[in-house]
Order: sequence, then C-alpha cells, then structure tokens
Amino acid sequence: MPIYKLNIDGAIKSVEADVDEPLLYALTDKLKLKGPKFGCGLAQCGTCTVLVNGQPIRSCMVPTASLENKSIRTLDGLAKNGQLHPVQVAFVDEQAAQCGYCANGWIMHAVALLEKNPKATDQQIKDGFANVQCRCGTQIAILQAVKVARNKMSTAKA
Amino acid sequence: MNPTNINRRDFIQTNVALIVGTSGSAFLGETHAQAIPSVVGPPPTALDTWIKINADGTVLANFGKMDCGQGIDVAIAQIVAEELDVSHDKVQVSLGDTRLSPNQGGGSGSTGLRLGSLPLRNAAAEARRLLVENAATQLGVLASQLSVDNGKVFITSNPSKSVTYAELIGGKNFSTNLTWNNQIGNAMNVQGQAKPKDPSEYKIVGKSFKRKDIEAKVSAVEHYTAHIRPDNLLHARAVRPQVAGAEPLEVDASSIAHIKGAKSFVKGSFVAVVAESEWAAIKASRALKVKWSNVNGPLGGGEHNTFNYIRQATPTAANAIPAFGGKKDWDIKPTMAALSTSAKVLEADYECAFQSHARIAPSCGVVDVRGDQVQVWADTQKPHFLRVGIAKFLGVPAENVQVKWMHGAGSYGRSDGDEAPYEAALLSKEFGRPVRMQWSREEGIAWDPKAPAAIISMKAGLNANNDVTGWYFKAKGFNGWDVRFTGESPEHVLVGMQTGHKKWNAYNFNVPEESYRFANHVHWWETVPPYLQEASPMRTAHLRAPQEMQTRFGQESFIDEVAHAAGMHPVDFRLKHMQDPREIEVVKTAAQRMGWPNKATKKSSGKIATGWGLALHAGYGSYAAVACEVEVNKESGRIWVKKVSIAHDCGLMVNPIGVRAALEGQIMQGLSRALHEEVHFNEKRVTSVDWNTYKIANVKDIPGEIDLVFINRPDKPMGGAGEPAIVCFPAAIANAVFDATGVRIRRYPLVAERVKKALNT
Repeated sequence: MPIYKLNIDGAIKSVEADVDEPLLYALTDKLKLKGPKFGCGLAQCGTCTVLVNGQPIRSCMVPTASLENKSIRTLDGLAKNGQLHPVQVAFVDEQAAQCGYCANGWIMHAVALLEKNPKATDQQIKDGFANVQCRCGTQIAILQAVKVARNKMSTAKA
Repeated sequence: MNPTNINRRDFIQTNVALIVGTSGSAFLGETHAQAIPSVVGPPPTALDTWIKINADGTVLANFGKMDCGQGIDVAIAQIVAEELDVSHDKVQVSLGDTRLSPNQGGGSGSTGLRLGSLPLRNAAAEARRLLVENAATQLGVLASQLSVDNGKVFITSNPSKSVTYAELIGGKNFSTNLTWNNQIGNAMNVQGQAKPKDPSEYKIVGKSFKRKDIEAKVSAVEHYTAHIRPDNLLHARAVRPQVAGAEPLEVDASSIAHIKGAKSFVKGSFVAVVAESEWAAIKASRALKVKWSNVNGPLGGGEHNTFNYIRQATPTAANAIPAFGGKKDWDIKPTMAALSTSAKVLEADYECAFQSHARIAPSCGVVDVRGDQVQVWADTQKPHFLRVGIAKFLGVPAENVQVKWMHGAGSYGRSDGDEAPYEAALLSKEFGRPVRMQWSREEGIAWDPKAPAAIISMKAGLNANNDVTGWYFKAKGFNGWDVRFTGESPEHVLVGMQTGHKKWNAYNFNVPEESYRFANHVHWWETVPPYLQEASPMRTAHLRAPQEMQTRFGQESFIDEVAHAAGMHPVDFRLKHMQDPREIEVVKTAAQRMGWPNKATKKSSGKIATGWGLALHAGYGSYAAVACEVEVNKESGRIWVKKVSIAHDCGLMVNPIGVRAALEGQIMQGLSRALHEEVHFNEKRVTSVDWNTYKIANVKDIPGEIDLVFINRPDKPMGGAGEPAIVCFPAAIANAVFDATGVRIRRYPLVAERVKKALNT
C-alpha cells in the first residue's frame, strides 16, 4: 500500500492508504482525527469537510493520493495555541449544536467563507451553506453563530 | 400568568430568572400488586447508585437516560445542584452507562426531565439530608441550626463553624437505602426521608445554563461512537439485497479475495463483510458477489399505491392497546346517527407519507466480545435495553454485557441506532475481535425503521345553528411499531429478524387527546398489514412524536375546515370547544402573535400568496400552539414559512435556554417533515437512498421570523419539551396555505410539486 505525505494543519504526516482511498478514511481511520466525520460518503452533507488550499472540499470523495503537496486544514487543527477560532467561539456562545455530529461541516465552510470575505452579507452566508445538511434542525442557531463570527472577524480585520 | 417573550439574544447573554410559584409534585408510580422486576446493573435502592460526592467535593450524578442532542444533562445537573445546595458547575452527570446507572428507560417520550429527573432529585435531597445530619453531629448542633452554601455546611448563627461535603464524605459511600417504586424504565423512581425543595426555594432551577459538550463537539475533542477504535479492530459493512426480502443463495467469497484481509459472513439472510481498514470494508461490501433469491413485488405497488393499499386493507388490529390511549369500548353508532340527521356533514381524508429518521450519520456500533463478556459502544437511545437485547442475541447473561452510550448522530426515536451494534456483536463473536459496524447512507434511510404512512378520516356534522352534532376521527395506517421502541430483544432489529427471530405481533397507532369537547365524539385507529412481514426495509417504529403528527394533521386541519363551514374563524371555533385553561392560553397567545383577532394577514401579490394558520398539541405533559405565516409561490408551489410563533407551556421550565434550543430544532425538523420528507419506494425496494432522494429542510427553509413565547408555570410539574411543538407543523402550514390560497392540501409532506398541482386544479 502506498504511503502519502500530507500537509495537515501545518505538519507533514505520512499515511498509508490505498490509491483510491478517499481522504476521509485516511484522516479518521489511520490518523485518528475527530473533526471530519462520515455522514454520507457521497459529498452531499458536508460532515466530512476539510479545507484544501483554503477551499472546502468533501473528503469522503477525494482520493488521498491527489492531495500531496497541498495544504489541508481540519477542525482538529483549527484552534491555535489553545485558542479556539472565532467561528468555534461563536458556535459555543450561540450554543449552535444539537447532536453536533454535522458541526464540522458548518464550521469548516464558515471558516473558508469568512477568512476570504470577513464582511460577507447575511445572504452570502446563507448561500454559502446551501449544500450543508443538519438533521437535528440547528440551522437557526448555526447561521446566527456564523453571523456573530462574521461581526467579530470583520471588526478584527478592519 | 404573564407569558414571557424572550428573544434569542437575551437567552444567550443573560441568565433569565423566572418567576417561581408554589407547590411541587412528587411522582411515584403504582407500587402495589406487581411483582418486583429483577434488576440488572446498579441497584436503584442504593443512594450510592445515584449520587457520589467525590474527594474534591464535586458531585457525580448517574443518569439512566441519555441525551438526544438537547443538553438534558445540563438540566439534570441543575436539579441535583439545587437539591444538594452546590453550584451547578460542581455537578457532573454521567449518561447512559450500564455500569453506572440503573435502567431509566433511555431517551423516550420527552420524559427526560418530567420523569427522568425525579429519582435524582429525590436522591440528591436525601443525600443533602444525610450530609447535614452528619455535619450536625460533627459540629455538635442540631441539623435545624445548619445552613448549606455550595457544599459547605455551617452553623447559621456562626458561619465560621463549618464542614464541607468533601470533608464529610468525599470519595466514600453513603451506604443508605432508598425506597424504590419497583418500576424499571421511564417510571423508575426512588424516595428517601427527605422532601425535595419547594419550587419557591429554587435558585438554580429555572435559570439558563449553557451546555458543556458543545465546546468539545465544535473543537473535535468529543468522542462519538464512530471514533471508538479499540486495538485489533475489524471494520464491517453489511450487504443488502436490491429486492427487499431476498435471501442470499450463494455468496462468492472469492469475489473479495483481492482485498487483503477481507472476509464475508452470512447467517440467515444477513450478509456482511469485515476487513482491516474501513476503506477495505467499503470496497469489499461493493465487490462481494451475492446471488439473491427472487421475490415478487415485496413492497405492494410501491409509493404510488400506498393510500389505496391502506384504504383497501383488512385491519390487523383496531384500538386494541389501552396503554396507548386506545379504549377497548368504542361505539360509532351515536356519532353516525347524529351525522345522519345533521344539516351539514363534512368529510375529509388526510394522508401522511412514510418518513425516515434519516440520521445525519447512519447507524454505527462498536462491540468487543471476549468469551462470554461483551462491551458495547453505541449511540442508542436505550442503552440499558440494548444490553438486555444483545445478551439474548448472543446467549450470554445480561450481567455480562456492558453498554456505554456515546454521543452520536441525532436519533429522534427508534431510529437505526440499535441496528449496527447488534450486527457488530454478531460479527465480533464470530471473528473473535472487536468489530466496528458502520451503516452506509443508503442503509440509514432505506433500511432505517420508518414512521408509518396513514390516512386520517374525519367526519363532522353541523346543525342549523352551526353547532357540532357529531365528530368522527379514524386513523388507519401501517402499524406504529413493527419493531418496539427499545432494542430489548433481537426481533426488534433487522439482523435479529434476518437470523430467525420472528417479528412480534403487537399493533398500535394513535388517537388525539380530547382537546375539544364535541357532542357524539368518537375516535379510533386501525392498523394494516405490513408489505413484508419479516426484515422489511419498510418496517415501522417510533419517530419523534410517534403517530402524533399524523393524527394531529387530520384533527387540526379538519377543525379549520369545519370552522370555515360554520362561518367562524378557526381560532374562535377552537376556543368555543376548549376547556383546559392551559390549552386555551397557548392557542390565544400564538394566535395573537399573528394579529388575531384583529388583523387578517391573508394577501396576494403577484405570484406570492400569504396567509397564516395554527395548530395545537397537548401532550407529553405540555402544551404547544404553533402558528405559521406562509408565503405560497403560486407558480412553483413552494412554501416558505415567513414567520412562526410558538406559545409553549411545559410547566416548570428548568433550563429556559434548553427549551429554546429544543423548540428551534423542532421548528426546522417540523417544517422539514411538513414540507419535504417522504420515503420513496417502488414495488421492489426503497428508492430514497441519499439526501437527493430523501429531501430534508436546509438553510433556505429557515423562517424569516421566529417568535417564541414561553409560558412558565413553576407551580406545575415539568412537562416534556422535545416533541409537543413539532407535531403541529403539517397542520399549521396546511391551514396557512388554505388561508393564503383557498386551496386545502390534505397530504403531507406539502412538496412544491403537489402544491402546484393542487393550486392549478
């Protein structure tokens, strides 16, 4: 089985994976990450999302082999020096989780969106989540959290 | 009683103190004339089972239920902290661990607080009494001369003389017995000599406390079942037939020989693969060649024939289970006689589709069978019952099985949560290694137990004065529980049926509570035979507010229809027939938020028609009225809920922020079920296999305005807050669509295509 060198959250990790093995299983099964999760395996729900070169991708469908020499960011590495990312802080403050299983997808999409566009409008935020699913029905609190994070991040950058 | 209307920001930023009234109420189930059930696990009669004071003075409370994602542990900690007089952050609540907690029934019927908190409340009160008595001896005073502040017992008149809980008992046992009511499950209760506090004394109960698990969940620290990976683990996937009910005739093990370490497994009609990595298991499940038996049209005529099938089917049972509100004696003759002489008779049928729990992640279970000892990690709603069921399945004593409830994907009733753990147990026993079974997305929708499809038939008569002369309610649908709401026995899971455990013969549906007082009122239910008797992908089970949504869709839609026929506003018509002041208050309050009785919101502008409607649900010890203002796009048929107002009375509110979160969740899941969710299937198989073929609500469905009114009644017992509101959505929305367009939709979900068609005919 080939070994791939992946840049995950700023560190180079070696992972043994099948040539067709999607990144999700390399991350969860081999590297024991807990952020990206299996939800559908069909790139429909967003629960497995990681950022590749800043773009949210569905790790359940992207082969590990295609991701060498790219920068992968995960929920596991989002906090820096013990400080949660402003999006995570907003999710805690707004209590934006029920079962929390899908939170990874919403947070990673929010991070990608707000780091690129800290002044995203409410409509841009809503549009940004058109393909992220939450079954518990936490969308109300989640969008509120993303807006709170936006307000903080846009002030910080100004 | 003034309703308090608190917006989201207030909840998040402040602890809202709520008015506290008088009188608590204790619950002890029937204790007489019943054999004492045998207890597996920690004895409910021991105070030490429930409450532990650690050496550092923190408190462990062992709760025999779990959390469905609403942070119930926070409210439990409030109640324990309140009775013990310690701060909330000192209390840690363990959830659903069969090693630690007695069987309190698991997540069930919104009973988490209204029943589940009572033994812990009583145990905590007894623990405080014993600690204070102990302190009295140590300090040489009477117990009545002592006070407690945050775990420190002191002489009221001389606070410098004190002793802490940690010093009194930290790390040691109480070794005291409680009186148990001999009930296992939701009704379990215990009592000591101490009387719990009167609600007027509450300092912690009634204030908002945030959940502690959310930070762990949003920072990739929380362990879900999916993360449990013991050493030497095997990954497993099941292999399902393309035609429901097909049996494997030949399994070609050589078809997966190219996948290193992959092995196939067959027992009865259960086929699975195991492998050393998760990806290898997935590949093996796709590659395994199985020759299946031929089955002819196992699922009737498919979804297009569902309601014909129900209409024509000979019932399997009718109103036969008193435990579910059915009455053995019911007589439709007086109602039919009254209708036959009425000036006006109205009749309507309401249709409700099959729906799936469709958890965001399908079933996952990790099981380690070592000899006759079994460890299970699962996100089941009923860990204690799963313990008993897996023990039966493997043929070991229940004492040898331990189940640790883990956080998992949200569950919403008897979902697929119990399925993978059973399968993992079977495979772990076979291969002698820990096994992690993960269902696929397709299995999580197509093979999940379903909420039953049904037809609610309504009739009413009006006399010349437009008074109701008779009221007829009949629910006819698929059985509410082909599998029971607990996994207490193998026939209640797919793999059990696949390996020869015959499906039980129990039937239920439901009828609505009698919110309205009508003359000659009759209601009953009938169930119809399943399409496929054993191991069916269409087998039914409880889905959040089981059979309440279906029955209320009929009842609460029809009452609007009768109101219009009687020339009255539907709210006024309801109020004319209601008696319970708590029901009346929620209906009036929600209606007022929509401008009733003054303002009519109905309007039409271009392709958008706007109107509002309301529905009521009383149940789970609580009262909810949901009013929805909708926009109907007359061209596309799409419905958007522009504003939702909920008036909610769940008696004593323990943690208002938790009630708010529960209601926000019910809004989104309620309109998801009202507008989008239906299981598609043909005569061979379920064709809802993913999020494209089983649509749920998304961000586009978020209402424009969310308006929650909490009616707090500290003098009333705690009611459930996880289900009453969600029941109302299909009827409230259908009533609003009628208000907006004059077109009555009598089927849910109200998908755009059908609404469009209805508007054009």
